[in-house]
Amino acid sequence: MALLDVKDLTISFGGVTAIADLHFEVPESQVYAVIGPNGAGKTTLFNMLSGIYRPNEGSIKFQNQEIVGRLPHRVAKMGISRTFQNLQMFFNMSVLDNVKVGCHLRTHSHLWSAALRLPNILKEERQAQAWAREALLFCGLEKYINMPADSLPYGVLKRVEIARALAAQPKLLLMDEPAAGLNDTETVEMRELIRRISQAGISVLLVEHNMGLVMQVSDRILVIDYGSRLAEGLPEEIQNNPKVIEAYLGGEVQYAV
Amino acid sequence: MKRLSGFFLLAVAIVVLPFIFPDNYFVTVVGVSAGLHAILAVSLNLLMGYAGQISLGHAAFFGIGAYTSAILTTRYGWNPWPTILVGAAFTGVLAYIVARPILKLKGHYLAMATLGLGIIVHIFIVQLGWLTGGPDGLGGIPTLSLFGWEVDSDARWYVVIGALLLIVVWLALNIIDSRSGRALRALHGSEVAAEMMGINTAATKTGVFVLAALIASVAGSVFAHQQAFVSPDSFSFFFSIELVTMVVLGGMASTYGAVLGAIILTFLPELLVVFEDYEVMIFGGILMGTMIFLPQGLFVGLQELLRKLTRRRQRAAQAAQATEATKQKEDNHGVA
Repeated sequence: MALLDVKDLTISFGGVTAIADLHFEVPESQVYAVIGPNGAGKTTLFNMLSGIYRPNEGSIKFQNQEIVGRLPHRVAKMGISRTFQNLQMFFNMSVLDNVKVGCHLRTHSHLWSAALRLPNILKEERQAQAWAREALLFCGLEKYINMPADSLPYGVLKRVEIARALAAQPKLLLMDEPAAGLNDTETVEMRELIRRISQAGISVLLVEHNMGLVMQVSDRILVIDYGSRLAEGLPEEIQNNPKVIEAYLGGEVQYAV
Repeated sequence: MKRLSGFFLLAVAIVVLPFIFPDNYFVTVVGVSAGLHAILAVSLNLLMGYAGQISLGHAAFFGIGAYTSAILTTRYGWNPWPTILVGAAFTGVLAYIVARPILKLKGHYLAMATLGLGIIVHIFIVQLGWLTGGPDGLGGIPTLSLFGWEVDSDARWYVVIGALLLIVVWLALNIIDSRSGRALRALHGSEVAAEMMGINTAATKTGVFVLAALIASVAGSVFAHQQAFVSPDSFSFFFSIELVTMVVLGGMASTYGAVLGAIILTFLPELLVVFEDYEVMIFGGILMGTMIFLPQGLFVGLQELLRKLTRRRQRAAQAAQATEATKQKEDNHGVA
């Protein structure tokens, strides 16, 4: 059974169809990449998968439960977490606190018990602290733990976002262009991180423009163009698919000539 | 204990001040008023500084608390204590009802909506003359008494309001440093990311809005009993703006900053009285200067300044040590 099962997905904005009749399945514990030229609808797809947009038609089933119609915080509760293409850091907080927010769903205290600092709060704080530390360590961020988020370089923040998402212990992690804006060293680190996440048993849905990275880490790849499914398969199948080459690389070749 | 060190400092200051300056007008009269303002500023800061939801109508909740206590005690002969609870309950329900639609708005729109709320409440207070006494206000509000201990002097009010301020500061500090507090700050930082981390942002905003309103209402009730008289002027739009100014001046997202802002904005007009006609001008000048040179507010700004100074001193000390070390090395070389 697939972890994520997307059927007949369609969404349009003011008459412009961004995603049309898209279907695909993400198997359990794999790195599944979604690629396509700019404006193909990848981020729109992510926003539907995470409950930010509501599709006009179609269904998104996660572990056989419908995502469509749930608010993002409900989707998160199902075990889906994500990172963002343009950083969505909590810049008003420290790195540790950012990641502690990721533990929100694993802790349960309320405003009122927190206000009175009932004994369970102390325990919960220690627990959240330990989880957040663990996630930061996993992403190789131990030296930034107590720094304010707004003092850190872009490449580090990209990883803090991932640590924050991992602190929620998701079953599926949606990564929206994790390597965008990273230099070569950082990209290699990101590749290793994605592999480690996958090895930890977390399924990854990856949107990325860096083809080298995609080919190296992905188990399967979905190609979309103008919001429709163009091809799907193993990395080598995609690399040799004439339709993909035309839509994706063909344009570049023409420019080069 | 590091978490609460500032709290203990504040507690000590509140306890010690009246002993250093016994029967001092600035401690027991202006101080009491500063304390009430600080309570309001701390509550508004939870909403505005931490959760990032501006409110230009906070005085409304302060007013509802004050008038509930005033009306129930003077017109219906209630004991003051339950009126505080009734006021808080009434305010809480009202805040809960308006919170959902209002807090869907952002930025300027939210400011406008809360401004409208404040004005509506003010109009009600002025117009419902048969109940509220209209523009003339309501007098003869009885004072509080605790097991026969009548709160009937400035010094005693200082004790009551000082204690209340400490409780509110303690509550605020506890909230900020918890799961719920992080949720507040997170939705200030990025609402979409907060949602994605599983935070129900609509419910979180409602929660903090109601909490801030409850605190303001209790402060209002206490204010009514302390003044023994309430009139609509105390709860106007201008007072809401003053509260916002206290929070911004002291430092957004800093509980101690809110307290500091409230103290300064309460004392400054008293101290500037000597300038007579120029009072308001100097007052405005100070506000502008602070915002230009310490945009993060006085508390955070001063903290940072202090940190910079100590760091510079440390660096100077390190540099001195380093030169000493090289000198020693050179000396050793010379010996060798």
